[in-house]
Amino acid sequence: MNQANTPATPSVTAGIPNVDKRKQLNLRHEEISMEVRGLNLFYGKDQALKEITMDIPNKRVTAFIGPSGCGKSTLLRCFNRMNDLIDICRIEGEIRIDGEDIYHPSVDVPELRRKVGMVFQKPNPFPKSIYENIAYGLRLQGVKNRRKLDEVVENSLRRAALWDEVKDRLNDNAFGLSGGQQQRLVIARAIAIEPEVILLDEPCSALDPISTAKVEELIIDLKESYTIVIVTHNMQQAARVSDFTAYMYLGELIEYDDTAKLFTNPAKKATEDYITGRYG
Amino acid sequence: MEKHFDQHISRQFNQELEKLRQDVMAMGGLAEEMVEGSIRAVVEGDSDLAHRMIELDDRVNTMEKDIDGYCTMILARRQPTASDLRLVLAIIKTVNDLERIGDEAEKIAKMAIRLIESDRPRNNFRELENMAQTVRSMLHDALDGFARMVPEVAVALVREDEKVDAEYEAILRQYYTYLVEEPRTTRRVLDCIWIARSLERIGDHAKNIGEYIIYLVEGKDLRHASPEEMEKTILQDDRNDS
Repeated sequence: MNQANTPATPSVTAGIPNVDKRKQLNLRHEEISMEVRGLNLFYGKDQALKEITMDIPNKRVTAFIGPSGCGKSTLLRCFNRMNDLIDICRIEGEIRIDGEDIYHPSVDVPELRRKVGMVFQKPNPFPKSIYENIAYGLRLQGVKNRRKLDEVVENSLRRAALWDEVKDRLNDNAFGLSGGQQQRLVIARAIAIEPEVILLDEPCSALDPISTAKVEELIIDLKESYTIVIVTHNMQQAARVSDFTAYMYLGELIEYDDTAKLFTNPAKKATEDYITGRYG
Repeated sequence: MEKHFDQHISRQFNQELEKLRQDVMAMGGLAEEMVEGSIRAVVEGDSDLAHRMIELDDRVNTMEKDIDGYCTMILARRQPTASDLRLVLAIIKTVNDLERIGDEAEKIAKMAIRLIESDRPRNNFRELENMAQTVRSMLHDALDGFARMVPEVAVALVREDEKVDAEYEAILRQYYTYLVEEPRTTRRVLDCIWIARSLERIGDHAKNIGEYIIYLVEGKDLRHASPEEMEKTILQDDRNDS
């Protein structure tokens, strides 16, 4: 990153404006990876995110849940500036990763996206071989050494729990894989360039239950090395894989808590109504 | 907390939870009937009544199994969360205590049949009748508190249970005196000790149900807490927007 030499600001909420204490989950024992402060996002005149302030803990799985249109995907896309691609989108407030404001004009956006990888709802492998899908990011970075590439491809596929299923057909086209395998391939591709954060936008909604279980296992394995943020419509999935859960509604962060607490005894009635399937 | 188990988008789920609640209340009603009937069988020396109460225990046992099965089905099919989850868990625990209450009442009914063969005491088992009165009202309050979801009932139940324990101690002291002074009453007195013991246990089970109400309504596990701690927790209701 361009600002790599600037000293990182300490990741505590003290003294930072726009912190609504009631919405602050106690993350005292957690190292913080990403800090969101007073984030407002507008699509033209419509406000899609309202005063979001939260900390995303390092090497943990944080889930965003909420009904369609609540802003959870929009918030997720703020972490690697995917919203920059939308002309009418305007953002106020701050997001800091390791203490650096990612919306600062000096930030190199492609470098940010290397650091903050993203996986989408529909698996989107490149129309290339399995091997080339993984090697692609490294080749872009100028890595040519075949042995180095082989090593990264194998490691990434192993970490994505896909190696055993594809090791004998690395040169086959990636489109020949099943949906669940394609999704794990895309995750392997994201891991290959060694990101710090992986953003998952409904990664299992197009997968069958067995593939879903494999991806969920993978998410739990991956949190040893990466900070993971997942948006999901499947509340049981959030309950199964995440350490912390944020419930959003109409662009606001309603409740953000320990997953076990949020699913057994939520503090807010709005959260309770949503997770128990009541009309609020 | 308002009663809102009928506000799910799934009407089928509303009906399932409502059926579950009704079944628990019906089982509680049966347990109450057993406690009342078995102690009356003792006091009135009514062996027919005692036999009827013993038969009722089979129904209570069957209901426990049915309700547990229904809870398992709901857990598997609905994966309930938050207050729905707590309702199902509280019910699984409550029916366990109700079944044990049925067992204790059955023991009392069996003692009633044995006691018919002994001489009746001059006071006509008044001490047991009094203790049973307290225990019955505890059970009634626990079930009423469960139906209306009033956690405050739990505090009263813990206090009542302390009284029942004291009453039990007093009855035991009284019986020890009989054993020393009138050895020919030994068999009857030993049977009465078993009855007092069963009543004391029923009080404990009613108190347990009170604790499940707190868990259901507040989401807090206050088993083994003092009544003062319970009161404090219930009062500082931290729900900020309900």
